[in-house]
Amino acid sequence: MTELLDRDHDMQEEQKANAPSENQGESDGGRTHSIDISSLQRKENALRLEDEHVSLEVKDLRLSYGEKEALHGIDMTIPQKRVTAFIGPSGCGKSTLLRCFNRMNDLVDGCSISGEILLEGQDIYQRKVEVAELRRRVGMVFQKPNPFPKSIYENVAYGLRIQGINKKRVLDETVEWSLRSAALWDEVKDRLNDSALGLSGGQQQRLVIARTVAVKPEVLLLDEPASALDPLSTLKIEELIHQLKDDYTIVIVTHNMQQAARVSDYTAFMYMGNLIEFGNTDELFTNPKKKQTEDYITGRYG
Amino acid sequence: MRTSMKKWIKDGDPWIWFNAGAVAISMIMVFGLLFLIASRGLVHFWPHDVMETEYVSKSGDRLTIMGELVESEMVPAAQLMGAGYAVPEGAEFMQRNLLKLGNRDVTGADFRWVLDDSLENRRFPEQVIVLERREWGNFYGYLKSVKEQGQVIAQGEDAWPVLVERIDRALDIHSRIHEIEKIEIGGINSRMERLRLKERGLELEGNATPENLLSIEEDRAILDAEYQALQQALIELYEQINRDSMVALTADGQERHIDLAKIVRAYQPNAMSLADKVGFYISKLVEFVSDEPREANTEGGIFPAIYGTVLMVIVMSIIVTPFGVVAAVYLREYAHQGSLTRLIRIAVNNLAGVPSIVYGVFGLGFFIYFLGSGIDQAFFPEALPSPTFGTGGLLWASITLAILTLPVVIVATEEGLARIPRSMREGSLALGATKAETLWRVILPMASPAMMTGVILAIARAAGEVAPLMLVGVVKLAPSLPLDGNYPYLHLDQKFMHLGFHIYDVGFQSPNVEAARPLVYATSLLLVIVIALLNLTAVAIRNRLREKYKALEM
Repeated sequence: MTELLDRDHDMQEEQKANAPSENQGESDGGRTHSIDISSLQRKENALRLEDEHVSLEVKDLRLSYGEKEALHGIDMTIPQKRVTAFIGPSGCGKSTLLRCFNRMNDLVDGCSISGEILLEGQDIYQRKVEVAELRRRVGMVFQKPNPFPKSIYENVAYGLRIQGINKKRVLDETVEWSLRSAALWDEVKDRLNDSALGLSGGQQQRLVIARTVAVKPEVLLLDEPASALDPLSTLKIEELIHQLKDDYTIVIVTHNMQQAARVSDYTAFMYMGNLIEFGNTDELFTNPKKKQTEDYITGRYG
Repeated sequence: MRTSMKKWIKDGDPWIWFNAGAVAISMIMVFGLLFLIASRGLVHFWPHDVMETEYVSKSGDRLTIMGELVESEMVPAAQLMGAGYAVPEGAEFMQRNLLKLGNRDVTGADFRWVLDDSLENRRFPEQVIVLERREWGNFYGYLKSVKEQGQVIAQGEDAWPVLVERIDRALDIHSRIHEIEKIEIGGINSRMERLRLKERGLELEGNATPENLLSIEEDRAILDAEYQALQQALIELYEQINRDSMVALTADGQERHIDLAKIVRAYQPNAMSLADKVGFYISKLVEFVSDEPREANTEGGIFPAIYGTVLMVIVMSIIVTPFGVVAAVYLREYAHQGSLTRLIRIAVNNLAGVPSIVYGVFGLGFFIYFLGSGIDQAFFPEALPSPTFGTGGLLWASITLAILTLPVVIVATEEGLARIPRSMREGSLALGATKAETLWRVILPMASPAMMTGVILAIARAAGEVAPLMLVGVVKLAPSLPLDGNYPYLHLDQKFMHLGFHIYDVGFQSPNVEAARPLVYATSLLLVIVIALLNLTAVAIRNRLREKYKALEM
């Protein structure tokens, strides 16, 4: 019961956060947060979903909280080592879908799921799948930075220690590598033993990304990673996503369409628990096939 | 005027005043309570001047008496007239004084109420001496002479310095005697007892072969030899300590012989300067908190009671914390939140409302009579029929109080677990931790301040309990401390003393009511201080944990 209430609360927050950003999107035109989109380099040649290696495959996924169905049969494929963005209005189910990929919804009382999600061809909802092992392969970063109340070093080493790795040399190397991957090393290398709670919001979020990267997952799920951050931190996170996609399959949920347009290779538009349109980001934003998509990205509802 | 009044009410000012008033009254009550206890208790240790005066009794006899003025009160004249006293014309009330006369061995009682009017010719002679004795309470009088082996070696003016010097010597010897009797012979006795139990155990097992018994006999012979040596040393010491004695005169001129071995302290209060008195006062306070009780707990210190209280609270905390935390973790993290869980929670909360004496009865019936005697049968058959755990003791008292305080710890820990943001759990789970790993590495450390809050509340409650303890192991006078230098060092089966029970005992069961009354206050003050110190320690630990694990304020 309390969990459900929490969800409602989350959604309200999401709504609040949504409202201003869309207005901003309209007025800014091509520039968002004063960042020139073209400065974020992107592969110029158009990507085609059919050519991609599949990382995650979703087949007729239905999910309900108690009586209420939240996802009404989703079919999609997430390409490997690309950035896929989920956009859509609040409560459309994009976060719920994301949380299905590492079975975070298991924690919610009264949540039931049918259909399949295949990770590298294996159904992750089979009984024999070990959830902890799955979550190691599919890492997740949440909306609000949630570093543990430990030192910066211990935060990054957490995932390794869970796996029983306690060798100082291995830990040291991984911590440095992870922090470098998350573009945080230079800022924190002199205070690794300070509490992670002393970092700024943006640094905390990058720390959380470093922490997730440290266990070397295949897929990185980002649930509105920049929504609680200021524009400069947002820029840094976006740059980071751009770097990380060479090594990881990234799925990002965002309520900010400009962000989706900037960072993703593919974009999925969801509405009321349905996947409305999914395709190459440039195409989806410049030439949407569905009326609903066009209405949403032009800001007619949301 | 009207509107301003309305506005005043509307702004909520009356509420502010109301709340502030409530806080102020609470503060006044707390400080008033502490002040009353402190003033009544602490004044007891001050060396009051000793007054010599002539007392005119009802029948007109004159008697010289000497003592400290303890308190005065006004009594209705009619009541005194009824008792046969001569009351002056027109007087409605008359002052009556309580004098501490001491000399219980001479007069039979050391406190006496006398009418203020019947005291004549009051004086405070500097030569008056007060002797604190190990038996018979204080002595008030004059020093006549000091004797060694029955021969007078000093008298008159010179006697006092000699006396002081020889009392110091006697005290030194006494502390050596005490050390030998209590610690060394006590240790030998405890080892002897273990040998006896070992022998009895061998007999019970049917292993009492000659060679086994021989080794026991050898050990016993060694101990016997040690004991003999100590005994010899003791005899010598006793001879030395009994060397000196003194002759004193009481106020009415009787001569008393007093052995210096029986004197704890001698002083001349009327001749002491303020600095002397302060020094004396401090040494009395130190004695009170660090010494053992004498004379049915009405004299000396209460160290064993402080020790017992603190040790019991610590053992209780060690028992209650893991149980409470584990129960709370199960209820909050693992149990399905259904009607059964709700029922359990209600039961736990109601447990906190059960009168504490009921826990005492439960402890006696279940722990002592059932568990304790079972343990004795199984593990200590050699000691039977005298019980080891089948009687009240530190362990059972601690466990009984642990049950008493369990609900507090459970509720506080549950609150703490509930307050941890879900994002922390999700963050850990998303890194591939299992639920147990998440609990152990993230949730429990973050909930530790809340657990400490529970423990603080538990300590506060447990340290003040008396009723259940009387049934499960607290005694008026324990011969030895429950934690000492004899194997196995921590004697969980031993009975112990407790400050709360000490207050009860001194207050209700003392043979000497007037002497005991200030001690009730002093012990109460000490109990409050001990609890406050225990709490402050726990609060300090909690604050450190809080600082370390402060959650995200988002």
